[in-house]
Amino acid sequence: MSTVFIALQTNEDTRPIIEAIEIDNPHAVVHRQPAMVKIDAEGTLVIRKATIEEQVGRDFDLQELHINLISLTGHVSEDDDTLTLSWNS
Amino acid sequence: MAVAAIKDYIATPRDRVENFHGKQLVYASWDRHLLFAAPFLLCVPPGMPFGELVSGPLSMLVQADPDAAAIDWHSVEWLKANQPWVPDFAASLEANGITHKTQLRFRTPGLNSLSAAA
Amino acid sequence: MDMKVTKKKLGLKEKYKLMTRDLGWEPTYHSKDEVFPYVGYEGIKIHDWDKWEDPFRLTMDSYWKYQAEKERKFYAIIDAHAQNNGHLNLTDARYLSALKIFLQAISPGEYAAHKGFARVGREFPGVGTQVACQMQAIDEIRHAQTQIHAMSNYNRYYNGFHAFADTRDRIWYTSVARSFFDDSMSAGPFEFMIAIGFSFEYVLTNLLFVPFMSGAAYNGDMATVTFGFSAQSDEARHMTLGLECIKFMLEQDPDNLPIVQEWIDKWFWRGFRVLGLVSTMMDYMLPKRVMSWREAWNIYGIENGGALFKDLARYGIKPPRGWDDAEKAIDHMSHQFMLGLYQWSFGTAFHSWIPSEDDMNWLSAKYPDTFDTYYRPRWKHIKKLADAGTQFKNYGLAKLCQTCQLPCVFTEPDDPTLTCHRETVHEGETYHFCSDGCQHIFENEPEKYVQAWLPMPQLFQDPINGDLGEWMKWVSLLDGKDNGDYAGSEDQKNFEAWRGLATTNQ
Repeated sequence: MSTVFIALQTNEDTRPIIEAIEIDNPHAVVHRQPAMVKIDAEGTLVIRKATIEEQVGRDFDLQELHINLISLTGHVSEDDDTLTLSWNS
Repeated sequence: MAVAAIKDYIATPRDRVENFHGKQLVYASWDRHLLFAAPFLLCVPPGMPFGELVSGPLSMLVQADPDAAAIDWHSVEWLKANQPWVPDFAASLEANGITHKTQLRFRTPGLNSLSAAA
Repeated sequence: MDMKVTKKKLGLKEKYKLMTRDLGWEPTYHSKDEVFPYVGYEGIKIHDWDKWEDPFRLTMDSYWKYQAEKERKFYAIIDAHAQNNGHLNLTDARYLSALKIFLQAISPGEYAAHKGFARVGREFPGVGTQVACQMQAIDEIRHAQTQIHAMSNYNRYYNGFHAFADTRDRIWYTSVARSFFDDSMSAGPFEFMIAIGFSFEYVLTNLLFVPFMSGAAYNGDMATVTFGFSAQSDEARHMTLGLECIKFMLEQDPDNLPIVQEWIDKWFWRGFRVLGLVSTMMDYMLPKRVMSWREAWNIYGIENGGALFKDLARYGIKPPRGWDDAEKAIDHMSHQFMLGLYQWSFGTAFHSWIPSEDDMNWLSAKYPDTFDTYYRPRWKHIKKLADAGTQFKNYGLAKLCQTCQLPCVFTEPDDPTLTCHRETVHEGETYHFCSDGCQHIFENEPEKYVQAWLPMPQLFQDPINGDLGEWMKWVSLLDGKDNGDYAGSEDQKNFEAWRGLATTNQ
């Protein structure tokens, strides 16, 4: 199974987002590099609006991710509640 | 294959010999002597004797290599356009068949101070 | 974050439909072919543009909102950097060489990408595609501007930044990046998307921006971290657009497969050559290194690129033709480039240097199979020459590759002791290449590449006619300031003096 990843800037905005990703993706591996955090996950990675909202304590629009996004791989599937990265193979 | 285009695609080469005011480009490289990062580009007249190319610009450029002083120019092995070839040192580049943008290579078996064995 | 999230009235999908697809219309007084005249000639068959999906579903209103937030963050930090002598926080001013190369070669590429996306946004008939290309066109001009703005702070103190526009147009090494973008912009709209959107952005851009940005952070360069971050936050969208475009072409018609494969082969190799210089920035130019080029390639090339091509195999796509040759070059290329840059440093608007003993030990640990065998002996000899007061300068200008325009510094894929010599004759003219990959690209479209403006041969034509001093003036290179060895340079002296002033009371 191939690995997908998402990389985010290291800052106060992304700290709760990364925590939410860890909660929703127990199989994910978090790498903390200079100024960035890269999260690898085999097959699929799901980012959930509801989990992030619990972490930040306010409404959160998933498109706010764009501000602190560095890079990602895999096919992107986005709706109001989730953003999913996956490979088909 | 040709370039996909909406009409006739006409191209003019930028490095034709007539742009060099009577001179031409010659490329030269010393095989397995990679202190020199790329083949040398020389701009010389076609009437220059081959021996002069060797004793002049080429000898000067290779000096930085520790093997340079040991080169016996008359026993080196030459390639022209990647094919084995024997130059006539007295004849001109033109008479030697060295035309615009010809690549010359030379080999000095046994001289390899800075090169790992292949 | 201080952003108000208004209560949504529309779901994401509805909003996307209303604010992209519904903006399109059917032309009535011209035919579709007349309105979109360039969409067919490359041979790509599209049956239904409505099948195009922009996976991020970002609409223009949200786009402006988020981009404005990015700009506010950017300028807050750039101001702080300028107000607090941010340039003195660098690990070492050697690091600036990487920035100078970036400004001279990459930032103009951002501007070229802006022009390209503005054009193809007009040429594609699909509305989703048009909107996505429009956003990317605006992103790219923003990148060029923020990069130039951020680096202008260094121009107040250091050499090599002052004439980047002349350098972009005239100096020899920038023609590599320039020809890459000219090649893509003079192709049709679909090939452009494969060139920039897919090969460059999706397959290769991680190798440029991720280590670069992390490297800037590691080396105390707050200005670059900031423009890097700001640009990079757009890249995920660009990469996704590139991947979407390739899937769209492959799903629309099976006849598209061989055309797309040929483009992937071509643009992977073109991109690999352009980004090759990043290997040298990572292995040599960062005083404090993040990871080696080899390590970055393992993550972003092999693991990530491998996953992508495995995924695309269901359409019949194979990994790019040059993939195996690329792998063979990884452990050699940074050393081959740096040795070249050092010996030609009289002609570069940045400094290079001989790696220290510590640097060489690091390289030897990162490249156990190649560095000590092939490259350390050359550096040791070069050091010996420098210590004897006879710095090695190679005035034999370099043979350039007709396709990628790099000096032919590369060796045979299976013999690292022998330069790769390749040539072909087309209509009576001889052309030279650095590799099989570049020769193959030329032979597919010779008419395109015979026109290459190769800086080394040009130096011997009008108006320079072989005069190196005139050439330096023409490219706005200040001899003794911008060029040469870092050791003994003005940049070195000034950085050390100013840092001394900043950390003592003398």
